[in-house]
Amino acid sequence: MAIKPRIGVFICHCGENIAGTVDVSGLAEDIIGYDNVAFSTDYEYMCSDPGQNKIKEAIEEENLTGVVVAACSPSMHEETFRGAVEDVGLNRYQCEIANIREQCSWVHGEDGDKPTEKALKIIKGVVEKVKRNVSMEPVEREHADKCLVIGGGIAGIQAALDVAEAGNEVILVEKEPTIGGHMAQLSETFPTLDCSQCILTPKMVELNQHPNIELLAYSEVKEISGYVGNYSAQIERKPTYVDTDACNLCGDCEDVCPVEVTDEFNQGLDTRKAINIPFSQAIPSSYTLDTDACLGLNPLRCSECAEACDADAIDFDQSSEYVEEEFGAVIVATGYDLYPKEEMGEYGYGKYEDVVDGLQFERMLSATGPTGGVVRRPSDGKIPENVVFIQCSGSRDPENHNSYCSKICCMYTAKHAKLYKETVPDGNAYVFYIDIRAGGKDYEEFIQDVQEEDRVLYLKGKVSKLKRVDEKMRVWGLDEIAGERVEIDADLVVLAQSIVPSKGTDETSKKLNLNLGANGFFKEAHPKLRPVESLTGGVFFAGTGQGPKDIPDSVSQGSGAAAKAIDLLSKPTLSHDPQVVEIDEDLCSGCGLCVGQCPYDALEINSRGVAEVNEILCEGCGTCASGCPTNALSLRNLTDEQLTEMIHAHIGD
Amino acid sequence: MPKNKKKIGAYWASSCGGCDVALLGLHEKILDLLDFADIAFWPAATDFKYEDLKGYGKNELDLTFFNGGIRTTENEEIAELLREKSELLVAYGTCAHQGGIPGLANMSEEVDLFDTVYKGTPTSTNPENIFPQESTKKDGQTLNLPGLQERVRSLDRVVDVDYTVPGCPPPPDLTEDFLDLLVKGALPEKGSVVAGTKSVCDECSREWNRETIDELVRPQETEIDPDKCLLDQGIICMGPVTRSGCDGSCPEANMPCKGCFGPPPEVEDQGTEMLNSLASVLQLGEEGQALEQEKELLSDLPDPIGTFYTFSLSNSILGGKVSEGGENDRT
Ligand SMILES: Cc1cc2nc3c(=O)[nH]c(=O)nc-3n(C[C@H](O)[C@H](O)[C@H](O)COP(=O)(O)OP(=O)(O)OC[C@H]3O[C@@H](n4cnc5c(N)ncnc54)[C@H](O)[C@@H]3O)c2cc1C
Ligand code: SF4
Ligand code: SF4
Ligand code: SF4
Repeated sequence: MAIKPRIGVFICHCGENIAGTVDVSGLAEDIIGYDNVAFSTDYEYMCSDPGQNKIKEAIEEENLTGVVVAACSPSMHEETFRGAVEDVGLNRYQCEIANIREQCSWVHGEDGDKPTEKALKIIKGVVEKVKRNVSMEPVEREHADKCLVIGGGIAGIQAALDVAEAGNEVILVEKEPTIGGHMAQLSETFPTLDCSQCILTPKMVELNQHPNIELLAYSEVKEISGYVGNYSAQIERKPTYVDTDACNLCGDCEDVCPVEVTDEFNQGLDTRKAINIPFSQAIPSSYTLDTDACLGLNPLRCSECAEACDADAIDFDQSSEYVEEEFGAVIVATGYDLYPKEEMGEYGYGKYEDVVDGLQFERMLSATGPTGGVVRRPSDGKIPENVVFIQCSGSRDPENHNSYCSKICCMYTAKHAKLYKETVPDGNAYVFYIDIRAGGKDYEEFIQDVQEEDRVLYLKGKVSKLKRVDEKMRVWGLDEIAGERVEIDADLVVLAQSIVPSKGTDETSKKLNLNLGANGFFKEAHPKLRPVESLTGGVFFAGTGQGPKDIPDSVSQGSGAAAKAIDLLSKPTLSHDPQVVEIDEDLCSGCGLCVGQCPYDALEINSRGVAEVNEILCEGCGTCASGCPTNALSLRNLTDEQLTEMIHAHIGD
Repeated sequence: MPKNKKKIGAYWASSCGGCDVALLGLHEKILDLLDFADIAFWPAATDFKYEDLKGYGKNELDLTFFNGGIRTTENEEIAELLREKSELLVAYGTCAHQGGIPGLANMSEEVDLFDTVYKGTPTSTNPENIFPQESTKKDGQTLNLPGLQERVRSLDRVVDVDYTVPGCPPPPDLTEDFLDLLVKGALPEKGSVVAGTKSVCDECSREWNRETIDELVRPQETEIDPDKCLLDQGIICMGPVTRSGCDGSCPEANMPCKGCFGPPPEVEDQGTEMLNSLASVLQLGEEGQALEQEKELLSDLPDPIGTFYTFSLSNSILGGKVSEGGENDRT
């Protein structure tokens, strides 16, 4: 026969917080006669060391099997008291809080004896629960040790480096032939104007050389399943048809390749060959054969490149390889794209050659770009004398385009105007803007410098019309401050195009069961308190995939995500609260109604046709337990019997 | 003829008679039964009178199959008598088990029932308003009829029941299994419902995906996909909240389960549990509107009580309609 429960009840005064309203010593006397209550006492501050010692002593002297602390909310001190009872060898789940402060004394100050009566009922209810509690140990689960980083822009690079530095193995998957992301395309970076590639490429090299990092470029995560600590992924490595180790970057293949196509890295301002390298410091440091552009591999149509390659690096027999790996944590750093031309009817974007977007302008400014760092307009190669910059193109326009602020455009437009003025000192730069948002460190000073020192003309107002007139782009706009219309004949128009989540974000969100916010960026677990975590355990965000950001913010978030991943991976096992749901297989009919109800995806129907709970994922919310039509599910330490007896104690029958 | 042959009884209270037919439907199996036992009382099949029954000693009948609920004073009287005379009393079929379809009359008071049955139906003409009376005097003779009780009750609410064989009517397999257990002396713990322990979904071969549904349809309003879970098709199927043991015969025949086996062992009230299940699959909007939306969806349902409590109203938490000014009699 089971031992008869011996419950101790400890009533806290909480100074006057409880004792001012509730007759605490009276309660201690009254409860002693109640079923299974073997001991009771009251004390000024139960949470203090002497208070905790009272509990510990009573457990030992009175052989208590359970403890009820009548005090404040369990969210305050449950942990304190559970820790205390554990110190003297009582299982932590044999200790429960009866909340007689928030749920009683604080809300019934004026009601005479009633608060004391109510407190007694609350305590009795919890006594009924505790005497039926079972002792439990935390659920422990092994986890995989590797970290998967998806996306090799600056955010993903930073995250991978940090996780690897902490001693964990990392696989970084990048879909393009090189890592670096958009930062590799930038010329110089605000607000300090260091050359983007100069600060980026050392990190790319470090990543490539890091013993703990395996780089899978030109690759994609095909499938991923599992849960926190235990994801398994299949990654496809697409063939580059070039042996990375053998390729010495001589470029002979590129010279002989007869096919020229648009160069994406240069944002279409130039052409490249079918076999190419995006930029000379690309990592992996190797050429890639673009099969879409190539005249044909199967059957072989050309093979000029292979013949030209002295290193014998070209291998037409390559095919996709599939890598299967287990991961403990996943960092999603898939970045951004520019709001596509197709979505923008305004400003002649996509229609006139001399209307370019910010990234095209970056390439024009870049010393390694198609114009060698000289700003030339695309239509005729002339150096523009008048340049109009239009901010918020596609942003902050809820009626037509994106409602949000892309955050970085004010800053990069100022940078663009400045760099333009530096290369064309006699030229005129005009910026149309709605507001200037320059909240970052040293950003406002940067803007002021651009306006005052570089004498860039800032016009507060929108551009109403833009049309090609002869060789110029005629821009009509409003200068709200002067209160007049302006008309500018520009040689070049640069749009500060809105940024959007990168192509494929949707797919990634489905694969990993991640939420997207209204604007399509990944949605974090909490906008303020959990900004790098997703709601899916073990999956973290870094960089612009989660929302518009500049480089410093992307890097910070990369490090933040890495810290979360390291925290998870550094624990020997995953530990989880055992207050989860339990399944009575004799009752479960496998109807599956519970599966869809669980907000944490913790349930599935197993091969025996009955529900099975993943105890690591179950948060003990109880949704399924109340939804199960056969009552096959019950929550540990909150069974129907416990609830019913608690209710009986409250209504007093 | 083996010595010590068992004596078996069967009785029909407030029910349609289908359960007696089901017993007869055992075919050759009934002959096996007759090898093993003699029929000592079965008014529907053989010529027995109450006087015969009264003549038996206490527990003289080894086992009695009792079908039908308790609706009249006569039903109650015989139930008590059979209890006294039977070693084992078996609630046979859904009406004895949980009141059954006659239990739906608990939604009406006696006057309304009589009004409908003896006057209101299209086939009745009753200009003189003649209604049945418990006692009628004619030509110096008195004719007595059993009295109608206020509520239909299941057998176990009137006398102790040893076993229940559920169903409307119980499928032959189930009755055979029961008899096998009886013959082998292997019957389970007293009080058991001798059927499955899970729900009908366990025996149903339809595929479910548990995507939410945004509309409820009645079976006659739609072309039913024979392979897909009925609930997923928006049809109210009581399978999830009904005890298994029927081999899923209704869903297998492309009709929704109506719930005749009663709730699974750990469920008290079939109807509320079904509402609960529906809440899990109905596509409901944002929190706050969900309740309104559920109400709206369900308000399109023509006969909620008849749908969710087809057989179990009299045993449910609802019990029936509260008579005006009266108590909700839950006995
Ligand atoms: C015109 C312009 C000028 C700018 N100038 C500055 C500046 O001066 N200073 C500054 O601080 N910031 C500047 N920025 C912002 C800067 O570009 C970003 O903050 C930074 O590049 C974001 O890095 P990221 O890693 O988040 O994203 P990205 O650079 O977009 O990297 C994402 C990477 O993930 C890869 N990827 C995407 N999907 C997948 C997938 N499914 N599987 C595998 N790989 C995938 C992509 O190929 C890419 O390599 C500028 C932005 C623009 C548009
Ligand atoms: S809802 Fe209940 S009966 Fe249905 S599968 Fe889940 S646990 Fe089993
Ligand atoms: S208790 Fe909540 S979290 Fe746990 S399995 Fe049930 S629904 Fe999911
Ligand atoms: S709800 Fe009905 S149709 Fe669906 S699985 Fe259950 S018994 Fe079968």
